[in-house]
Amino acid sequence: MQLNSIAWNNLRRRKGRLAFLVAGLLLGVATVVTLMSLVAALTAEAEHKLEQFGANILLTPRSDSLSLSYGGVDLGGVTVAAHDIAQADLARIAEIPNHRNIAAVAPKVLGAVAVNGARVLLMGVDPDVEFGLKRWWSVTGKPLHSANDLVAGSAAAGRLGLAPGAAIEIAGRSFTVSGVLAETGSQDDQLLIVALPVAQQLLGKVGRLSLVEVAALCGDCPVADMVGQIGAVLPGVEVRAIQQVVRSRMHALEQFRALSLAVAGVVVLIGGLVVFVTMMNSVAERTREIGIFRAIGFRRRHIIQILLSEALVVGLLAGVLGYLAGIGVTWVALPFFGGQHGPSWDPGLAGGAVLLALVVGGVAALYPAWQASTLEPSEALRTL
Amino acid sequence: MALIEVSALHKNYLNGSDCVIALGGIDLQVEEGTFLGVLGPSGSGKSTFLALLGGLSAPSSGQVRIDDIDLYALPGERLADFRREFLGFVFQSFNLVPYLTALENVMLPLAVKALARREKREQAEHALTRVGLAGRLGHLPSQLSGGEQERVAIARALVNRPSLVLADEPTGSLDSETSRDIMGLFAELNAGGQTIVMVTHNLENLDYFNRTIHLRDGRIVDDRHRFAVPRLAVG
Repeated sequence: MQLNSIAWNNLRRRKGRLAFLVAGLLLGVATVVTLMSLVAALTAEAEHKLEQFGANILLTPRSDSLSLSYGGVDLGGVTVAAHDIAQADLARIAEIPNHRNIAAVAPKVLGAVAVNGARVLLMGVDPDVEFGLKRWWSVTGKPLHSANDLVAGSAAAGRLGLAPGAAIEIAGRSFTVSGVLAETGSQDDQLLIVALPVAQQLLGKVGRLSLVEVAALCGDCPVADMVGQIGAVLPGVEVRAIQQVVRSRMHALEQFRALSLAVAGVVVLIGGLVVFVTMMNSVAERTREIGIFRAIGFRRRHIIQILLSEALVVGLLAGVLGYLAGIGVTWVALPFFGGQHGPSWDPGLAGGAVLLALVVGGVAALYPAWQASTLEPSEALRTL
Repeated sequence: MALIEVSALHKNYLNGSDCVIALGGIDLQVEEGTFLGVLGPSGSGKSTFLALLGGLSAPSSGQVRIDDIDLYALPGERLADFRREFLGFVFQSFNLVPYLTALENVMLPLAVKALARREKREQAEHALTRVGLAGRLGHLPSQLSGGEQERVAIARALVNRPSLVLADEPTGSLDSETSRDIMGLFAELNAGGQTIVMVTHNLENLDYFNRTIHLRDGRIVDDRHRFAVPRLAVG
């Protein structure tokens, strides 16, 4: 018979009481784990969705004789005719260390063309990438599907009298207007958009690009590092982070995280208090037993050792089971919050859950144990 | 030299703003080998006196010496050590730990001793055999009769081979036949040289004591060696 075997026998032979204590603590841990893993999964989801709202890295040629503005972003000095980006060089972006953080690379070629006597800005794009990146684009009609399709910005369509299905000729090549962009309030309204190879051919820039937009995958991935990495593989290209996009994205995510952490904090506090009261009552019920231990000669530290051993076993069980229960609940609950991917294995959260259970259980047991051990044995024996 | 020496022992309680005198100055000497019965009506201070003798509650003033050790002058947790090494307690209503078997309950006082597991077990088995429970080692208290639980409590009190056994109304919740068995067991232990102080209000137990003191209002009003106690004086 050792002190620890007293604790063990108590847990082993009073399974109902053990189950009650574990359940109380488990509930708190599972709630916290559910909330934390939901927050983590939804944050990842939010990050993924935020990435779809445009690019955050801009590649322009290193030249400066023509000021070109696009989308409210200053693209720097560009001599469209003289200095372009070689399209073949874009493959090097896949070689950078953070290439996995790249969600999309959207190449563009720009140039002025004459249509019905008016000079209009023509933009060639990779339709799948471009229309995927610019989720805010609303097209009346259809986006680009074939080499002869053209999408007109709202202002350009108005000025040139274009509507879906209309025919238009540019530099001797016929196009069908497949769609018209709803007004964006940006320079996109002034554009005529065609497929990249077609525009390159019309503008005499086969294999050349005017600018490239890059979307990085995560909100807090090292965009500044990636700018440097891309600059290193494309020495003739000016690479810049669109700080406004990065900052607003980070701000949105930080606000989401802060709110989630605040809610988690409140849950931890309430859960901790419930567990604390449960454990305190459980130890308080054993005051008489503590009186017996003291009367037969156990020191205070012996009492505390017994109760703490029990609390740690309860905490360990509740921590492990609570983590598993929390992850299970997250799996079930995530779809209701719009999550598409299940929670991933997070050793930090698992360790934290067990630690939380051990600390809350230990502290909750320690205080009443200490209180009970300071009672005179005769007083403790009179209890109940 | 007496095994127990009590001098000018006072114990006061605060009941709200009122001061209640539980013990109003007890002086007593008890020789080794005595079976002392402590008698008195309810509220006379019997249990308080026993608690003070056993180092379970600090006196308001006065001294308790056992084996020439001044209990309440012991520093820190040495009083707990003293209880473990020198005293055995048999409590009212047995006070067994419900989730430990008879054997484990008896081994409890040995749990913090630096003894081999086997030695602890042998000592506990010996104590249980001595009280006639050799066949009930693995039973939980809930699986034992009242008399058997009392015997386990006695075995637990004896397992450390204490100088003094203190018993508080050990037959209070037993039927008369079982009470006689238990008192017979105590008498046997006393015959073997064990010093016992027992609080009781059961007059049928008087014959087993070789000395009795009678408390009233926290004071000893009668102290007799091998004499019957007047029935009227007992509550």
